Amino acid sequence: MSVATSNIFSMSNGQAADIANVTGMSLGDFRSSIIEAVKQGLRISALFGQPIEEGRLRLWAVLSHDARSVVHLLHADLDGDRYDSITPDCPQAHWFEREIFEQWKVKPCGHPWLKPIRFHAPYGQASQGRAEPLPEIGVTDFFGIEGCEVHEVAVGPVHAGIIEPGHFRFQCHGENVFHLEISLGYQHRGVERKLAGGPDRRTIHYMETLSGDTSVGHSLAYSELTEALSATSTPAKAQVLRGVALELERIANHTGDLGALAGDVGYLPTLSYCGRIRGDVLNMSALICGNRFGRGLVRPGGIGFDIDGDRRDELLRRLDLLEKDLSVAVGLLWNSSSVMARFEGTGTILRRDCLAMGLVGPAARACGVEQDIRRDMPHSIFQLYQIPVSTCPTGDVFARGYVRWLEIQRSVAFLREQLRGLPGGAAQLSPRPLQPGRIAVSLVEGWRGEICHVALTDSQGKFARYKVVDPSFHNWFALAYALRGQQISDFPLCNKSFNLSYCGHDL
Amino acid sequence: MNYGRLALPVLALALAPLLPGIINRTKAVIAGRKGQPLFQLYFDLAKLLRKGAVYSHTTSLVFRAGPVVGLISAAAVLLVLPLGGAAAPVTFSADLIFLAYLLGLMRFFTVIAALDTGSAFEAMGASREVQFSALAEPVLLMALAAIALAGQSSGSPLHGLPFCLSVIYSRLSLATWMHSGPALLMVAGALWVVFLAENSRIPFDDPNTHLELTMIHEVMVLDHGGPDFAMILYGASLKMWTLGALLAGLIVPVRTGNSFLDAGACVLGLFVLAVLTGVVESVMARLRLTRVPQLLVSAGFLSTFALALIIWS
Repeated sequence: MSVATSNIFSMSNGQAADIANVTGMSLGDFRSSIIEAVKQGLRISALFGQPIEEGRLRLWAVLSHDARSVVHLLHADLDGDRYDSITPDCPQAHWFEREIFEQWKVKPCGHPWLKPIRFHAPYGQASQGRAEPLPEIGVTDFFGIEGCEVHEVAVGPVHAGIIEPGHFRFQCHGENVFHLEISLGYQHRGVERKLAGGPDRRTIHYMETLSGDTSVGHSLAYSELTEALSATSTPAKAQVLRGVALELERIANHTGDLGALAGDVGYLPTLSYCGRIRGDVLNMSALICGNRFGRGLVRPGGIGFDIDGDRRDELLRRLDLLEKDLSVAVGLLWNSSSVMARFEGTGTILRRDCLAMGLVGPAARACGVEQDIRRDMPHSIFQLYQIPVSTCPTGDVFARGYVRWLEIQRSVAFLREQLRGLPGGAAQLSPRPLQPGRIAVSLVEGWRGEICHVALTDSQGKFARYKVVDPSFHNWFALAYALRGQQISDFPLCNKSFNLSYCGHDL
Repeated sequence: MNYGRLALPVLALALAPLLPGIINRTKAVIAGRKGQPLFQLYFDLAKLLRKGAVYSHTTSLVFRAGPVVGLISAAAVLLVLPLGGAAAPVTFSADLIFLAYLLGLMRFFTVIAALDTGSAFEAMGASREVQFSALAEPVLLMALAAIALAGQSSGSPLHGLPFCLSVIYSRLSLATWMHSGPALLMVAGALWVVFLAENSRIPFDDPNTHLELTMIHEVMVLDHGGPDFAMILYGASLKMWTLGALLAGLIVPVRTGNSFLDAGACVLGLFVLAVLTGVVESVMARLRLTRVPQLLVSAGFLSTFALALIIWS
């Protein structure tokens, strides 16, 4: 085991541990451990603050060691309202530290671009009764470039299409983009705060709507987390059907993305086909649980809906049709030179930069980084069935599209095998109450990438802190980075190739 | 002026909004959709005319003048526009320059109205429009000059006004095609590029996109609403009719001497052109914006080469 992580607490994905067992350390050690670990190839999956007694803050870090299939937990208590920023030595911490600054008014000294990533009153403030005026939504200082030929283009938060709100500030020279700054936070709902004190009847519904297109991914992460915290096992059939739902969600979204990529370059055939096929995949989810987005399917202790033999056969039949239609529709993309001329070499991210920024999901795999929670941190059904990791070395829009297509094909193969060998038995066990004083981490490879849920329970077995890191949280900065030196007219295409969640980021 | 010939502009004013309808219908059929009604643009125009307009405080008279001057220019062009062998109501020597510059005037007012809003988007679209049309305009003039000279060299009698559109197109016949077919084919190719580029169609622009940053023409008219926007849409369809008629008049060399038959064949050619545009939009993606000038310059070379071929053949 490496030096940096040898004395840090570790456990596997989807396990729980006593908080008391997790070694605390000084802030200096905390900082240097993270920097050293990331240098050795670990990733920051979560970095967040937890208020402890007397208004003090404890910083938690979850580091994923993909090569060893373990997650490391470390924490350090803060004495004042400032500490030395990790970001200058470890760019992965950039967004996390800005979030800590936003939520707890704790200043990471030396952070290169310190400002909140959302516009809400700090979490610490309400409890302490210090009423400062609320930050005005959307008002912030943007990075600017001066010069008589440089111009600034501001897009959003209201867009011409029906998409989520976000503000994009381009510094351009003619059609060339020097710099893009993305300002989010318009979708902030305060979900994380509402989750503290749970779980209650609302919790699962919050999970299913953290990001509407990732209902299964987030509810799966939550369910596995609470099962770890309550030491509940999941029936085999439920594990298989959860995997099926997760992969159906992946296929549906990837199909939609490929269609939308075609639409953004004005290529209508794939756009039209994929729009229809995405609907067919969503209807397959609906066949299982009655909801096209898989709501109500994944529940702590199992699944909310069992499927019978007829439905299974129907799913298998539709799967064959789906594979046939999709290979025609998507094949058109790779065979049209006019499309490939737009995809190739647009929005390129180098493998080196991808690792430095800590990208996750298809965006990372499109830079040639072999990283997939389903293989690296296997949980439930993925411990028994290994889905090959799909990568592409070029890091451009084409790579991000092509990785999606590879993943669709491999998910279809997974679905076919799992549905054919569907185990019998119960699909749902009643969940037990959560154990007090525990911490658990649950990582799930959602269609956008790594979903990280971390929960700490208090002495009553309620959530003292529940942290959600949507894959978009890791990847938004990469979109801004990918635009440097690109044409401003290629922004929508780059944006679509990442297709990040606004509400999943803003929570 | 020959009042009987006024039928041509009237026909254009009535039928021009049908062209976008045909394009959209073609795309819908190829995509397997039912699609919008053929007469959708007429309904849209009627709807927009019933609406009020909203004006930003930062805009001036220029912003309101844009759509009006644009529509008037587009309509004035119709006075010199022949339909195949059928002559236009107004003819004078070198009226093809008049046509090109009226289209230029229309563009100029659209551009300054866009700049008047002070929006970064609109200025970006204006900059693109000016850049691309500066390259498209010489292609159009070269192509028309080539057609004019091709008609002369095919042995038809040298009569009438020089470089007058109606004369140029009435001289063009099947015999001209037999004589200088390859050169005229190149001219047709160049005019096809101009037609697609100037009417903001794929592969140059995507008329259906909602993505402001990729738009060329659409982004310049984002701030116009109600009757102003109706004038812009109607003007755009007249412009499509004009450029389409120049191309259809070339590729449909039906010259019976009967104005009804000649004009009818040309209108039919226009509709076929709209179908072809729909097909192109259904099978190919947009060019990257930096590639657009390259294609336009290629079209310029094509028409210049055709002109040279006709002169020295």
